[in-house]
Amino acid sequence: MDFEDTPAEAAFRAEARAFLDANAERRKPGSVEGYRRGQDAPGAMERAKDYQRRKYEAGFVGIHWPVEWGGRGGTQIQNVIYNQEEAKYDVLSSIFGIGINLAMPTICTWGTQEQRDTFLHRTMRAEIVWCQLFSEPGGGSDLAALRTRAEKDGDDWVINGQKIWNSGAHYSDFGILVARSNPDVAKHAGLSFFILDMKAPGVEIRPIRQVSGSSHFNEVFFTNVRIPDHRRVGPEGAGWKVALTTLMNERHGMRDAPGPDVTELFRLAQEVELEDGPAIDNAAVQEKLAEFYTRSQGLKYTKFRGMTALSRGQTPGPESSIIKVVAANKLQDILSYGLDLIGMAAATMGETMPVGGIFEEALLYSPALRLAGGTDEIMKNIIAERVLGLPQDPRADKGIAFRDIPTGTRR
Amino acid sequence: MNFDFSEELIQLRDQARRFLADRCPPAVPRRILEGPEPFAAELWQAIAEMGWTGAAIPEAYGGVGLGRLAVCVLAEELGRAVAPVPFASSVYLATEAILLFGSEDQKQAWLPKLAAGEIIGTLAMAERPGTSDPRKLTASVAGGRLTGTKLAVPDGDVADFAVVAVHGGNGPWLHLVDLHDATVGRETVPTIDPTRSHARISFTSAPVDPLPGATEPESVRKLLDYAAVPMAFEQVGGAQAALDMANAYAKERFAFGRPIGSFQAIKHKLADMYIQLELARSNAWYGAWAVHTDAAELPIAAAVARIAACEAGWFCTKENIQTHGGMGFTWQMDCHLHYRRAKLLGLALGGAREWKQRLVAELRTRNTLGLQAA
Repeated sequence: MDFEDTPAEAAFRAEARAFLDANAERRKPGSVEGYRRGQDAPGAMERAKDYQRRKYEAGFVGIHWPVEWGGRGGTQIQNVIYNQEEAKYDVLSSIFGIGINLAMPTICTWGTQEQRDTFLHRTMRAEIVWCQLFSEPGGGSDLAALRTRAEKDGDDWVINGQKIWNSGAHYSDFGILVARSNPDVAKHAGLSFFILDMKAPGVEIRPIRQVSGSSHFNEVFFTNVRIPDHRRVGPEGAGWKVALTTLMNERHGMRDAPGPDVTELFRLAQEVELEDGPAIDNAAVQEKLAEFYTRSQGLKYTKFRGMTALSRGQTPGPESSIIKVVAANKLQDILSYGLDLIGMAAATMGETMPVGGIFEEALLYSPALRLAGGTDEIMKNIIAERVLGLPQDPRADKGIAFRDIPTGTRR
Repeated sequence: MNFDFSEELIQLRDQARRFLADRCPPAVPRRILEGPEPFAAELWQAIAEMGWTGAAIPEAYGGVGLGRLAVCVLAEELGRAVAPVPFASSVYLATEAILLFGSEDQKQAWLPKLAAGEIIGTLAMAERPGTSDPRKLTASVAGGRLTGTKLAVPDGDVADFAVVAVHGGNGPWLHLVDLHDATVGRETVPTIDPTRSHARISFTSAPVDPLPGATEPESVRKLLDYAAVPMAFEQVGGAQAALDMANAYAKERFAFGRPIGSFQAIKHKLADMYIQLELARSNAWYGAWAVHTDAAELPIAAAVARIAACEAGWFCTKENIQTHGGMGFTWQMDCHLHYRRAKLLGLALGGAREWKQRLVAELRTRNTLGLQAA
């Protein structure tokens, strides 16, 4: 039992560090800038694309992909190591996450050689940015209930309908789209998967204002948008299976929730003065700090268990399925307690607030982390059904044609 | 990154699991719960014959020399089986105290007998409700004689000797005492978990054999740190068994025409149990690494393992009863075996509250989080 890299892993880590040192700014210790979503800053997109291109040229994009996908043919653990190191630098690679982590693995698994040739390398070098067009007002957790229509017309498909929660749709070049190609069969059987040119006529993108006030995601409307049939991914009617490949990649990541953690909470407890002195000297505060620290450590070592599996070339065990739900809830609980310590003054936002104001800021974006990429409720269903083997809920929509399924959506 | 147990230890765990499934089904703790025996003597003997009691004792002292990781692995299985044996008292506490603080002579005198299971040891510490801070102890030694009273000594009625924690002043804080001595009075007390018997022990000028290495109150804390890790494994094993019971019941029990495990109220409850359990397991593994390597951060790792295990043990065993509904509250169902044991283990070595205070104090002292000096 040890926490050390193998010699091969250590050599790879050194290689990653050398590249990052030469191509990115290291994040300052104790800096809180990493929590800010920097996409809106002037020139941010150009800088991000420039970094991504150099990362591609150095062979750090698609690290664990097979060579025939244009990847390095490396291991999962190398990919994790690169991401660990990259997280210490001030770079914006999340913009390319949908293309690299979701769209490309799906297209490489299900798509044609022509689709690979058209999109793969251009995506890897950030010439193409992608968005995901899956969720709808009436189909989120129940994704297969989506209603956007795809109707065959000659060699084209004609798309009508609406998608929602589409991060980055406003700056994306292409989208991966799931639409209903046959409403007369059961809901999972009537879907098809497409590559959509976001600049095509009839695509309208409207930003959604979030709780935090900023707009990183959108609604996308389609009015008679034409997609040539050669942009269909996988067989007609197999869209659900294709989409599952995307979703597996989305949920697979052992993702943490960015924001104030125990280090920041301890710093805050030192800064804040309570009735009887610094908060950190107060026994009630200490008890809460200990609970958060324990949860944070539990998460860290659960990830280490997953990394151990990856290091051996195995798939992480079922315990990795808890990471997202624990991380997102921990963030919300920590920021709420931190704000409570700040007290009346915490109504104020800004960098002059304790620990750079990250507690106030996280209040406003943290709800998203319990929703995006599978809500807490869906994640717990997955744990209950796939890990514990409990039965599915009885479904009211089973075995009937999609068009006959009752629906209700608040607009 | 190799954060896992070796093949050898995984085999030991599987072997222990099979053995206990065979030799310690729920009927065994239930026999102890309902009958006059203080512990399952035949199980204890079988465990000793397999070398479990000597797992962490070096071969030079008659042990198997598998190290502390082996004790952790065995502890998890004993917890799963709610085994009614004095393993924690004799192995995590008495044996560990001698390994950590004993003289060469003491090791040679005691460890071979402990390894063979010929004698049972325990730790006598608690004196009154409240803190277990050793500096608050009143039992003391003068002229080689111990006077004081200890409450709730685990296995105090069956142990042959105790490691007694005293207010040591400038002398040792831990002493070996022969519990068969005429100056020692002991009385079995009713407990929240009768599958683990406890005694009230009074010492009236009892002769002691001081552990020379235990020179300060921190020595007592150190012993508790070392014990907290296998204890966390035992708690995790119990929590896992409770989740397994709830899971099996949720699949076979029907209500409103379908298995209760198909209702999200139950599914999400069980998912929450799984989450607590896996967080506790990960923290226990980190503790295992720390005891195995005698790491400087052991006090932090032990506290974290302890806190998470107390939470998971409590949550999983109480929600197991809840999942079983009214049946879960009957004497006949085994849910209460785990519920009682989980709380008992959560109180032994001091409750989670104390460990939380200690964790924050250690984090500040060591400046682990880059804090300013306290």
